[in-house]
Amino acid sequence: MKVKISLSVNGKSYERMVEPRTLLVHFLREELAMTGTHVGCDTSSCGACTVLLDDKALKSCTMLACQAEGHQVTTIEGMANGDNLHPLQQAFHEEHGLQCGFCTPGMIMNAADLLSNNANPTEHEIREALEGNFCRCTGYHNIIKSIQNAAAKMSAATV
Amino acid sequence: MICDFRPIQNSAFKIQNLFFEKAELQFSNILNQKKNFKFKNMVPSKVNYHRPSNIGEALELMSKFGDECKILAGGHSLIPVMKLRLADPENLIDIAGIADMKKISDNEKSITIGACATHADIARNEAIQKHAPMVAKAAGMIGDVQVRNFGTIGGSIAHADPAADWPAVLLAADANITIKNAGGSRTVDIDQFFKGLFMTAVEEGEILASISIPKTEFNANSTYVKMPQPASRFALVGCAVAVGGGMARVAFNGVCSTPFRDTNVEKAVVGGSSAADAATSVADGMDVMSDHFASAKYRKSMAAVYAKRALGEVM
Ligand SMILES: Cc1cc2nc3c(=O)[nH]c(=O)nc-3n(C[C@H](O)[C@H](O)[C@H](O)COP(=O)(O)OP(=O)(O)OC[C@H]3O[C@@H](n4cnc5c(N)ncnc54)[C@H](O)[C@@H]3O)c2cc1C
Ligand code: FES
Ligand code: FES
Repeated sequence: MKVKISLSVNGKSYERMVEPRTLLVHFLREELAMTGTHVGCDTSSCGACTVLLDDKALKSCTMLACQAEGHQVTTIEGMANGDNLHPLQQAFHEEHGLQCGFCTPGMIMNAADLLSNNANPTEHEIREALEGNFCRCTGYHNIIKSIQNAAAKMSAATV
Repeated sequence: MICDFRPIQNSAFKIQNLFFEKAELQFSNILNQKKNFKFKNMVPSKVNYHRPSNIGEALELMSKFGDECKILAGGHSLIPVMKLRLADPENLIDIAGIADMKKISDNEKSITIGACATHADIARNEAIQKHAPMVAKAAGMIGDVQVRNFGTIGGSIAHADPAADWPAVLLAADANITIKNAGGSRTVDIDQFFKGLFMTAVEEGEILASISIPKTEFNANSTYVKMPQPASRFALVGCAVAVGGGMARVAFNGVCSTPFRDTNVEKAVVGGSSAADAATSVADGMDVMSDHFASAKYRKSMAAVYAKRALGEVM
């Protein structure tokens, strides 16, 4: 039996009827047509599906859409402000933090969680925070540099 | 030409296959019952979803549905298992939003952790960091950031995965588990809680409500170390030790199918042996697990190595 859920995605409220077994990632991709959030492994391992739920990083293949009822979801589509890229997006662009780009939305959302708790992380802290996100192209090196670059941009902007 | 360079998907499929292999080992009983069962990539079976607003309502729903329902907390064990269709409950009772069940309260003699407190909540709780450092440390070592943000302590111990991190820590901490049912509530000593592979003292129709950690000298001087499985971070060997006030509690997970306290090692520590000497007898005579990540012999020797390290930190 379908149930009604209402939740906010990237600041906009949505109300939809869903089957309770619908995973949040499928809800975002298929129901809301926001395909920026990727499915890599579908087994909670790779982090490609990472979104923020109330500002906390979540693997959206491991939660039912129902469980997000009443919560605020942020996806990669919600990061840029109009034509202005989010500092993390800008930094991934500048530091070549991506090659094929499949892991990038998840990397950026997880990095957003990290920077909201720790504005100036060390390289080690960044590596630890990325434990649940796999990249098969970049060797992580430029991803770390991108996050450091974004941290610097974001702290400069708040001073 | 179509580019078929999809590195992350390909590696994800490899990991998925490993995961399925592990699941096949763990769930071989169920699989033998469901003949011709093949692991596939899928979504859960049809299910009804309920969100009670307090624990009383949750218990009512549970008595109504009997064995046709399952509690859903963080979902970080249950949803993966439902996606593999190793679990196909008809009804899910989501307790994650019950505010009372998420509280961590710092009392005079103990710290009480609500079953729905997340691993991340526990890792950053200052009272826990001070009075039972191994509890905060273990919380911060579970899975990855995303798992710690949503997985709960109650869900983990109710699930009782032999490779989970909480069991050894709570055994070493001499924790008490409060379980609620339609008739009221009861408290179970942690030493009586784990009954075997995926089996605990929580009965059908019951909810694990909270975990209480006594403020003792041994808990104030405690640590947890683990040898993680490199991909999932589950424990191939996990060892929690708490030493103080003339007592020692030393417990393991990942080593045998049920987490256990090693009383030989505890006696040696209390009797004045060094960390290295006390650790030599770890898991003697126990039925140590063996799988494609670590043979029984390797696991047993790693258990001794990690016990020595943990004891070295607190002795
Ligand atoms: C990628 C990944 C890596 C992980 N790595 C680790 C790791 O390194 N170490 C580790 O220990 N764990 C690890 N986990 C498991 C994680 O800690 C889970 O969060 C935890 O095991 C289950 O908690 P949950 O709240 O998600 O429970 P759920 O999945 O919601 O529930 C699990 C089971 O417990 C039952 N249940 C839940 N709450 C209650 C309750 N209050 N009363 C009675 N029954 C209840 C449910 O019915 C279900 O059967 C990992 C998980 C993932 C996805
Ligand atoms: S698709 Fe969710 S973790 Fe890989
Ligand atoms: S850029 Fe290709 S997987 Fe990360």
